[in-house]
This record gives sequence, C-alpha cells and structure tokens, in this order.
Amino acid sequence: MSTVFIAFQTNEDTRPIVESILADNPHASLEEQPAMVKINAEGQLVIKRESIEERIGRDFDLQELQVNLITISGHLDEDDDTFTLAWKN
Amino acid sequence: MQIDLRTVAIKPLRNTFDHLVERFGDKPASRYQEGSYNIQQENIFHYRPAWDADNVLFDKKRTKIRMKDWYALKDPRQYYYGSYTIARARQQDAAESIFEMVEERGLAELIPAEQKQIALDILVPMRHVEWGGNMGNAYIAAYGYGTVITQACLYHSMDHLGVAQYLTRIGLVLDGPDALDKAKDDWMNGALWQPMRRHVENLLVLDDWFEIFVAQNLVLEGLSYPLFYDHLDSEFSAHGGTAISMMTRFMGEWTGETAKWVDAQIKVASAESTENMAQLSDWVKQYRSVTLDALTPLANRALGDKAASVLEDVLTEFNARCAKLGLAV
Amino acid sequence: MDMKANKTKLGLKEKYAHMTRGLDWETTYQPKEKVFPQATFEGIKVHDWDKWEDPFRLTMDAYWKYQAEKERKLYAVLDAFAQNNGHLGITDARYLSAVKLFLTGISPLEYMAHRGFAAAGRNFPGVGPRVACLMQSIDEVRHAQTQIHAMSNYNKFYEGFHAGATNQIERVWYLSVPKSFFDDAFSAGPFEWMIAIGFSFEYVLTNLLFVPFMSGAAYNGDMATVTFGFSAQSDEARHMTLGLECIKFMLEQDPDNLPIVQKWIDKWAWRGIRVLSLVATMMDYMLPKRVMSWKEAWEIYFEQNGGALFNDLAKYGIKVPDCITQCTVDKEHLSHQLWLTLCTHGHAMGLHTWLPNAEEMGWLSAKYPNTFDKYYRPRFDKLREMADKGERFYTNTLPMLCQVCQIPMLFTEPDDPTKICYRESDYKGEKYHTCSDGCKHIFDDEPEKYIQSWLPVHQIYQGNCWPEGTDPTVEGFDPLAKYLEWCRIENGKDNGDYEGSGDQANFAAWRGVAIQNT
Repeated sequence: MSTVFIAFQTNEDTRPIVESILADNPHASLEEQPAMVKINAEGQLVIKRESIEERIGRDFDLQELQVNLITISGHLDEDDDTFTLAWKN
Repeated sequence: MQIDLRTVAIKPLRNTFDHLVERFGDKPASRYQEGSYNIQQENIFHYRPAWDADNVLFDKKRTKIRMKDWYALKDPRQYYYGSYTIARARQQDAAESIFEMVEERGLAELIPAEQKQIALDILVPMRHVEWGGNMGNAYIAAYGYGTVITQACLYHSMDHLGVAQYLTRIGLVLDGPDALDKAKDDWMNGALWQPMRRHVENLLVLDDWFEIFVAQNLVLEGLSYPLFYDHLDSEFSAHGGTAISMMTRFMGEWTGETAKWVDAQIKVASAESTENMAQLSDWVKQYRSVTLDALTPLANRALGDKAASVLEDVLTEFNARCAKLGLAV
Repeated sequence: MDMKANKTKLGLKEKYAHMTRGLDWETTYQPKEKVFPQATFEGIKVHDWDKWEDPFRLTMDAYWKYQAEKERKLYAVLDAFAQNNGHLGITDARYLSAVKLFLTGISPLEYMAHRGFAAAGRNFPGVGPRVACLMQSIDEVRHAQTQIHAMSNYNKFYEGFHAGATNQIERVWYLSVPKSFFDDAFSAGPFEWMIAIGFSFEYVLTNLLFVPFMSGAAYNGDMATVTFGFSAQSDEARHMTLGLECIKFMLEQDPDNLPIVQKWIDKWAWRGIRVLSLVATMMDYMLPKRVMSWKEAWEIYFEQNGGALFNDLAKYGIKVPDCITQCTVDKEHLSHQLWLTLCTHGHAMGLHTWLPNAEEMGWLSAKYPNTFDKYYRPRFDKLREMADKGERFYTNTLPMLCQVCQIPMLFTEPDDPTKICYRESDYKGEKYHTCSDGCKHIFDDEPEKYIQSWLPVHQIYQGNCWPEGTDPTVEGFDPLAKYLEWCRIENGKDNGDYEGSGDQANFAAWRGVAIQNT
C-alpha cells in the first residue's frame, strides 16, 4: 500500500478541519511544518463534511477545503458528504 | 484630531517596470497594468507549432484585423484575475441568494404555466448557445494576440459557462432533470432551434479569432441578450413570472458590463484603419442577418405577436450601437 | 406545498454532469473533425470521452466564490507587505536572486501555460477535460499576475526586476532553458501538452519547482512570495488531479496509447528535470537560509513520492523513465556544476551571483559528502583566491549549448564527474550537440523540431543579439555590453557579484534606517 496525504495552511480555519480528519482516520498521522500541516495515511484518507460541521457550528461545503488546501497525494473522489483520497494499487 | 501613522520612510529606486514606464510614464502602475501589458512573447520562438506549421506560436496573422499595437485593446473594466473574480463573487452571492429563496419558498410553483413553458422552451435551451460562446472565446484565448485581449476573452469564456450553468439551474428549478432532457431534444431536433444551432455550429469552425469575437461577442450577444434578458424579461415580470426574472438577474447585469468591454475593443480596432473598419463592418452585416434569422422563430415563440416589433427595436438599437463604434452597417 | 418527485436533491456528481457534460452536443451541421481539428493527429485514440472522471466538481459560481476569497486574503497580505517595507524582513538581499530568476524565468511561463490550457480547453472533444483545462487556464492567469504583483514591490527597491515578466524571457541566454521547455510543449498537440505540462510538470515535478521556491521564500523572510505560494497551492492541487486523470484516461482508452504516452513521459520527465537544474542551484547556492539540499529534495519528492505514483501507473504498463537512473547520480553534482558556470558568467546575468562563504561550504560538504569536497570545493577555493586578489574571474568565451535543453554543456558523464558529457547527432549534413543521453534521445526522435532551436549563444555569435543599428566594427566595440543592452540587463547594476553591489549596499543602509535611531 502507498501513503496518501493532504496538506493545509496552518490557520484558525483549518484547525477544526484537521481535528475532524484525525478523528475520522485513526490510522492517519499529523506532520507539522512551518505554516503547513500535513496528514499522512496508509492507503486511504476520508474527510467527512458532518464531522467538520460538528466542530465549526455551521454548514460546511466540502469545496470550501480549496481555500486553505496546499496539496494532495492520491486519487480523489468527491461527493456531497465525503472527500476521499486513495491509491488504487 | 488627525491620526498620523508613521512607518519608516525608504525611498524607492523606481516606480514600476520598464515596459510600463515606456507606455504610461514614470509613475506607479495599477495592478491591471502590471498584470496585463506585454507578458505574451512576441518575436522569438523556438519551434513552429505542429498544429499550425505556417505560423509561429503567437502570430498576428491569425486574423485579418491589423493593429500597430495590440495592447490598444485594453479592457475598460480593468479586469485582472483578482478584480474579475471578486466582482463575479459578489454577483454569484446575489444570484445564490435568489436561487435559494426561489427553491426554499417554492416560488417556481407560483409561476403561471404559460410563462414557465416559455422559460423552458426558450431560456433553457439557450444554455447550449452559451456553451458555444464558451468554446468560441476559449479559441480566442488560445490563438488571439496580446495579453489584454486573451485574458478578457478567457474571462468571457468562463462567464459563458457560468451563464450556461445558471440556465441549467433554472431548468432544474422549473422542472427537474426532465427540463434539461427536453431542452436538449428541442436543441437537437426541434424546428424552432435548428437555425440557431446551425449558426452556432458554423461559428465553431471559424479560423479567424477576431471574426469569432465579432460574430459571438458583438452580434450574437448584442442581439440575443436584449431580446431575452431585457424585452422577454419584462414580459415575464408583467405576467406573474417574476421568479424567472429574478433567476436571470445575473445575465441582465452581465450583458451591460460586458457590452462596455466589447464596444471598447470594436471601437479601437475600427478606428485603427479603414481596412479594419471595412472588415469589421462586413462581418457585422454578414452575421447580423443570419443571427436575426436564427432569433426570429425564438422571438415568435417567446413574444407572440409582439415579436416583430421587439425584434425591430432590438435591431435599431443594435445598429445605433454599431454606428457609435464607427462601423458602417 | 406539493413537491414533485423529481425535486429530490441531486447529488454532487449528477448535478455536475448536468452542469457540464449536458451542455455539449454532437454537431450535425458541421462535422466533428472540423469542430475538433486537433483531436486525432497525435495518434492518441479515444473511444469514449464520457469515461472521463471529473475529480474536483467545481461549477463556475463556486469557482468565483472560493477563488475570490483566496484573492482577498492574498492581496491584503501583499498590501501590508508593501506598506510596511516587508522586503526588509528577508535574510539578506542575496536571496533576491532566486526571486529575480522566478519573475524573469517562471512568471512569463505561467502565461504560456494559460495559453496552452486554453488551447487544450478548446481542442479536446470531451467536455470534462475541456472544462478542467479552461479552469487551469484561468488559474494560470492568476499565477502569472499574482506573482508579478507579489514581486512588484521588490522592483521598486532592488535591481534586476525592472524588465518584469516580459522583455528578458525571449532574449536572455539562461532563460531560453525554461522558455524552450514551454515553447516545446505549446508547439505540440493537446495530448502531448497534457502529458508534458499537466502530468509531468504539474504532477510529477511540481514539488521540485514550487515547493523549493516557496519554502525558500518562507525560510528567507519573503512574506509576499510565500503568501502567493500558499495561495496558489490549492490551485495546484486541482491541476495535479487534472494531470493524473488525463494520463489515466489516455491509458485506459486504448492499449495503443501506451507507447506514445510512455515516450512522452520519458521525454518530458527528462526535459523537466533539466529545467529543474536551475532550481537545484537556487536551493543549494542562492538561499542565504537554506531549506534542504537538492539531493534531499530529489530523494523525498521524486524517489519516495514518485514511487507511489509509478507503482500506480505500472498496472497500465508504464515504466519509470530510463533517464531517472542517471538522476540518482546527477543529484549530487548538478547544482554545483551549474553554479560554477553561472558565477563565472556572472557579468552576463541579470541577477547577482557570488562565491559561497566558508560556512556555506561547510553546509555543502555536509549535504554532499560524496562529491562536494572532492570535486567542487577546490574550484570555489581557487575562485575565492582570485577574487581576494581583486581578480574575480569571469569567462569571456561563450559556452556551447545543448541543442535540446539549451543549458550550457557543463554537465559531466554519469560515471566520470571530471569529464564533460558530449553527445552528437548527425542530421541532414549538420552536427548537433546534446548534453546527455536523455537530450540526445529527444533530439534523435524529433530532429525536425529541435534543429529549429534558437540557441542564444549561436545567435550572439551571428551578431543577432545587439540593439538595432549597432556597428560591431567601431573602435573599442564591446560585444558583451551591447548584448546586455539588448537583453535589457543594466550593466553594473543587475549583473556581477553581489559583493559590492547596489543591492547589498542599499539593503544594509535601509535595514540600518529601520532598526537604528540616528
């Protein structure tokens, strides 16, 4: 299996997003770099809209992730509720 | 009381980039100027294009129009990427509000059946015409000459996609995905739409990018937008179809804004030389008649017995507009 | 209120399909081949454009909304940077050579990318890729302009920026390296464009271009550039997914596409890696505060990350390009070899170069234990010795350039770092030179294309690189001075060593003003 990752700018908007991702993906690990936070995972990473909404107290459109996204690795599949990164090896 | 914030004063060595000093004088340049002048390479290219072996990568010969300085075709709106997206974001916010309101309050249900049907028959299939506008302007962005016009035409191309998507949304609001299927069927097979579809397909095979600019941005938009988003729009409002009028608000505003830009390009290109003026006028005359032929059945369906006089008004205004731009049409 | 059954909320995928694919139609009044004249000439076979998957399903209204938000945030920072003399926050003004290289050599190419993606966005018969390509095209306008805007403030205070992202890219000798890369891609058809730029450049190699410059900015206190970098990165995420989707699509459509795609990957990986030698030298030599060595960057971003990608592509029959084996050797040499050439040609450059100091050579030793002390320190020591005597060495002959990548022939044989690597090809009675097996292979595959190269050194020697009306026969004619004038390089201000430069003096003086009370 290969590693997938997602990286965001470090700021107040991404803090709850990062928390949600780590909570929903126990196999994922956090890597903090200057001004950037990176989440690595073996095989697959799933981001859930609901988890983010719970933490921020308002509606969240997953496309909003774009505003603070830095980079991703892996094939992306996106629908209304989840944003999934995976390698299909 | 005066508040005087002090920062450390360091004197700059220069005001702006050399090419902007040459064009505008030795003073700070605007963001539009910094982002729009020159940048496109002009003289030295390494390889001939595989897709156009007779010309170089950026070649003035890809149009019959001739300009001493292609950067005379600047955008009066001064749209660079930042100001463009910020302007559109404000407009989309307003549009989004309207769609949400219409959807949440079921306002589409209140539209009289006849108005709704006109919208389904005329506005929804226009999304395909818009798609043609997207393709034509993408062509200009690819093969045109000069940063000022290629960037503006790309924005125009993306705007057409935006309008097509709003029309799609209107279809979905009025009658769900079935509305889109029906509109597609009308577009492909309905008698009303064949002249327009033939015309749009003919535009898709033009070589000269400025010809596309005239046929699409000046003539097709210059005639169809007043017809649908001004005259037809009034009819919707007058007959209980206000919800439709609300949902097309973006288009109504957009056409006024973009016409200013289109006009500026035509006016400057026409004033450049008698040859340009003649060529632009010829194109307008050629495309005006075929566009009117394409719009007539649509106007008849949309406006009934008012169609003839509305088309006449639209044409008169269009001709007056062209005259102001220095064209002989 | 009675709700019809068909008013159930459409999912993102379905809605997006209506918003994009649904707009298109099979033309009947004009044949498809006329509407899409570039769809087949490259030999790529596509049977079903509907199989294209749109990864980021962005409608225009969402695009405007999120991009505008990013723009507002970015320009707020750029304004603050300008208002507060943010340029004084950089480590020292040597760092600006990296920024000058970026503005003059990369920003004009963002514009080229805009044009190329507009073309792809018109020429692919499939709606999915067209929309994605047009979004990338407009993103590239964003990148060109935000870069110019971010770096504009530096132009007000420092040398070497005044020509902007315009006048130098066509003329300056070292800029023909990145320029010819994009000219090559744009002169190809839309499918090759996508593999060259969408896949190889924007996916495989992006972390080796973008991240080093942006991290370099972060480490050296350049808030304007680093903010641009972060802001652009999410656009890059979309570009990466487009590139990846494109190659998958081509490979899945027809097995006959495999050898064509493989050939393009091999070509563009090598051409891209050659362009990146400028980045290598920037990372190892231009950054006062270094982020990591080129060797480390290559190991992380190519050897490790690239591994996962090629494992994924292996199922289609794609192999890692052969040239990559050479890169494992080259990674320890190329930044040093290139810097030695640049700083001995420093009088002919539009940005400052300099000799690394003792501390920096210590870093280079540590990062390159196998090569630096053995092959390169002695040469820097010699140059330093000459400079200390007031005889800073600048060569007055012009180097031979590689016919393909257009870098001077300064790279060495993979198995012998003391021997310059020369390759030759005979074509139609002429002899052409390339710098490596990779470039020779590219030449031999498309000689008709590469014999067209406008090689700066050849052109200079033919007298084509002087201002109009120049008379080379006059007494005391200075060809270099006239070349610099033609390139719009300010002789004595933009070029030469950083030591003793206006930038050095000004930076020190202004920093002094900012932190002292006299």
